[in-house]
Amino acid sequence: MRRRMAGVAMLGVSACLLMGAADGSWLRRVPAADHARVNPLPDMKAAAEAGSHVYASECSHCHGEQGQGKGNRPPVVSERVRNATDGDLAWLLRNGNSWKGMPSWSSMPDARRWQVVAYLRSLNPPASAVVESQGERK
Amino acid sequence: MWILLLGLAVVPARGQEPPYFVTYSHVLEEPGNLEVASQNVGAAPKNANPFYAQTLELEYGVTAWYTAEVYLQGQSTVHDSTVFTGFRFENRFRPLRSEHWVNPVLYVEYEDVNQAEKSFLEITGHHTIADQAVANSLLRSDVERSVEGKLILSSNFNGFNLSENIIAEKNVSNEPWEFGYAVGASHSLASRASVKECRFCREYFAAGAELFGGLGTRYDFGVKSTEQYLGPTIAYNSPHNYTITAGPEFGLNANSAAVLWRLKAAYEFSQVRDLFRRAR
Repeated sequence: MRRRMAGVAMLGVSACLLMGAADGSWLRRVPAADHARVNPLPDMKAAAEAGSHVYASECSHCHGEQGQGKGNRPPVVSERVRNATDGDLAWLLRNGNSWKGMPSWSSMPDARRWQVVAYLRSLNPPASAVVESQGERK
Repeated sequence: MWILLLGLAVVPARGQEPPYFVTYSHVLEEPGNLEVASQNVGAAPKNANPFYAQTLELEYGVTAWYTAEVYLQGQSTVHDSTVFTGFRFENRFRPLRSEHWVNPVLYVEYEDVNQAEKSFLEITGHHTIADQAVANSLLRSDVERSVEGKLILSSNFNGFNLSENIIAEKNVSNEPWEFGYAVGASHSLASRASVKECRFCREYFAAGAELFGGLGTRYDFGVKSTEQYLGPTIAYNSPHNYTITAGPEFGLNANSAAVLWRLKAAYEFSQVRDLFRRAR
């Protein structure tokens, strides 16, 4: 009986750990229309600057000041974020991923969420842009 | 305890909750965060002594879909006494994992409060302001233990929030079901964050209004013989962890106080659970 209870407890703990782990499965839930959206803000540099303030006050305590992640909370400087479209990131901010620990930020106005997307994009420049900048340096 | 709690403040965080006193939205506490709030209400009813009531709230985000909260309540009445009025333990669950036009949240609360309670956290049944005219010594001996459920429906669209709460409360002794409601609407004063860092930019302010009151009991349903209030609210969500919400709420009928003056101050401690985790 004790063994069975221990087994059930282990199963529960494992399920909780799995739920806590960010695996990027949210990307499969993004509707095609949202996936295709592009950031509507006109000035990306200013938007990223403003988004950095929102990130610092709302996101950094979980994802780290430099976006490096903390504990089992994933980094936002990552291949996954780099490969995600603006629309994917905006969808995640609006909907959250509550079963994996990411709250919804739907109470934030749309424009402010797009500012955060611009900042995340500035932290994760496309691979082509990185190669170009390295070439310029050489 | 306060010194210990203040010592936990290591990183800034702001709440994103709409500026309501009574109405709940579908915004839950961020997982791992602890919000400590003091909710204060004062009134000078026509045929009763003026009073001031304080509620200490401890709200913790257990997961992104579950928030637990404990309330400790007391009040002070002029020409009478100061009394502890009881506690509440509440749980809020968000069953749907994506955002929808209308987002439901299930709320379950156990409360152990005496009749001297004057916090106005909700109004159910046939509660009227005349009930407050009785002396605290008599009211505090009548303790009510009840289970309360709320269906919270809430929508966010482009910075606007619209929330509706339907309340059903059952005393664990043999009393009929009591009902109440609360409705709130609010909007952030700025859609975009400022490029420059600032403390008092419009983006940190939200304004709204809420309407709440009782709906009678199972046997006598309706807004007759109950208190009803309507009022504006404004909140300042500081970039340095604290939120201040204030607003008057005006009584809409003779069963209500003319004005309830409300002020709520909240401080959010970020990722408190990290303190109990082993370093990796």
